Amino acid sequence: MVDDFLVRAAFAGIGIAVAVGPLGSFVVWRRMAYFGDATAHASILGVALALVFSVPVTIGTLAVALGMGLVVSWLVTRGHAMDATLGVLSHSALAAGLVAVSFVSGARVDLNAFLFGDILAVGWDDLAVIWGGAALVSALILWRWSALLTSTLSEDLAVASGIDPRRERLILTLALAVVVAVALKVVGALLIAAMLIIPASAARGLSRSPEAMAIWAVLIGAVSAVAGLGLSFGFDTPAGPSIVVAAAVIFAGVSVLRRA
Amino acid sequence: MSLLSAEGLHLSYGDLKVLDGVSLAVDPGEIVTLVGPNGSGKSSLVKALTGVVTPDRGRVFRKPGLRLGYVPQKLALDPSLPITVSRFLNLPRRRDPKRVEKVMEDTGIAGLGDRQLAALSGGQTQRALLARALLGEPELLILDEPTTGLDQPGEAAFYRQIETLREEMGLAIFMVSHDLHVVMAASDRVICLNHHVCCEGTPHVVRDAPEYRALFGEGTRGALALYQHHHDHDHDHAHGHDDKEAHHG
Repeated sequence: MVDDFLVRAAFAGIGIAVAVGPLGSFVVWRRMAYFGDATAHASILGVALALVFSVPVTIGTLAVALGMGLVVSWLVTRGHAMDATLGVLSHSALAAGLVAVSFVSGARVDLNAFLFGDILAVGWDDLAVIWGGAALVSALILWRWSALLTSTLSEDLAVASGIDPRRERLILTLALAVVVAVALKVVGALLIAAMLIIPASAARGLSRSPEAMAIWAVLIGAVSAVAGLGLSFGFDTPAGPSIVVAAAVIFAGVSVLRRA
Repeated sequence: MSLLSAEGLHLSYGDLKVLDGVSLAVDPGEIVTLVGPNGSGKSSLVKALTGVVTPDRGRVFRKPGLRLGYVPQKLALDPSLPITVSRFLNLPRRRDPKRVEKVMEDTGIAGLGDRQLAALSGGQTQRALLARALLGEPELLILDEPTTGLDQPGEAAFYRQIETLREEMGLAIFMVSHDLHVVMAASDRVICLNHHVCCEGTPHVVRDAPEYRALFGEGTRGALALYQHHHDHDHDHAHGHDDKEAHHG
């Protein structure tokens, strides 16, 4: 049944694309790329903690990504010089996670799978988690769409319209944590942030409205996932990087066509 | 009953005292202008009134269910966010397309609905912000230096538009300016701020107040006299005002 695991892998990739498209658009609009990096890197620490406490890896990464997201978001609102602080947090979490994983269970854990993704090994249960997460994130963002968009345009305008920007920021943080937790298996911790930013940035060139940009980001993400999967299967390249390379090629193509 | 009032607002950023016991009130249908030098706490006061910042001490009271329209100094639009003028006007709530069209006409941006917001000129952007605020059918419109970045004819045109709107819609207006000349003429009441309210009253009273002179010097007198003339023409606002108030409930 060669086709079976390929089909699962393709569905996993498309599920991730659905989750990252709209959220990635907000990440780009709000210049939150650092935020995606920090939460995604922290997820390795989540993997280690999940192994220690024998809970599912998804739960561990979700908890740690959410914790990191809340810390970062709190720091940002305090308005300190963020660049270095975020770098310290993000890379410390990654390094601590790597060290912790090596302690926990020695050779039994395939660290590469968490760093770069292992889309070809996605099982039906993984698929259920991925699509469950994608549905949750899509529902959250659809529900809050107008409020999120208004507070992205201007927090002051949002407040005057009776929207609480802090609440909307919290919703994005939550959505980001869910995406990190479910995307870990597919693209790996190192490149989740890339999947948030590259499809959305490629979509910018094709869109005249925020809604169109979110939809294009989903489509570009889905095409990248399937193309990257083909690359990974055909040439035995790591899955996560292959998907990101495909997205980067689309980004470059769109940029060149727009100039032409 | 006042639409919006503030009592004893105190606000500091670290050691910097920005607001020091500011109290004020805006009644239905009146135009109140806040003047003050740069760094006198005007924008902070507006942020406290709209709820963007919470004061350290003091309280802001709103008439229950107050519909507030807000026009910020400018819109910092990230170039990565594509959005048309009509989409912007329909945020956060969808508006009746006929009303959107009417308000766009009233604010002088008719026909620009399909344009990208980022492609508008400074004046057009301010008008779009005004249009969006008006679509919420505000009882009170708060404008924070709405003509920043406009040239003088553009500025004069913008304020004329505001006055017309007040006449037509009977809304109260609270606006901030460091540009005394244009603004004072159109106001029923002027509040002069320098961290605290240093004087308050009709444009005549404020112009002659020693506190105001101390802040802005004698130099502006000529310009004020020029606009004072204009103000006398428009003075019937104050009489029409009561009817509008009653009409507005």
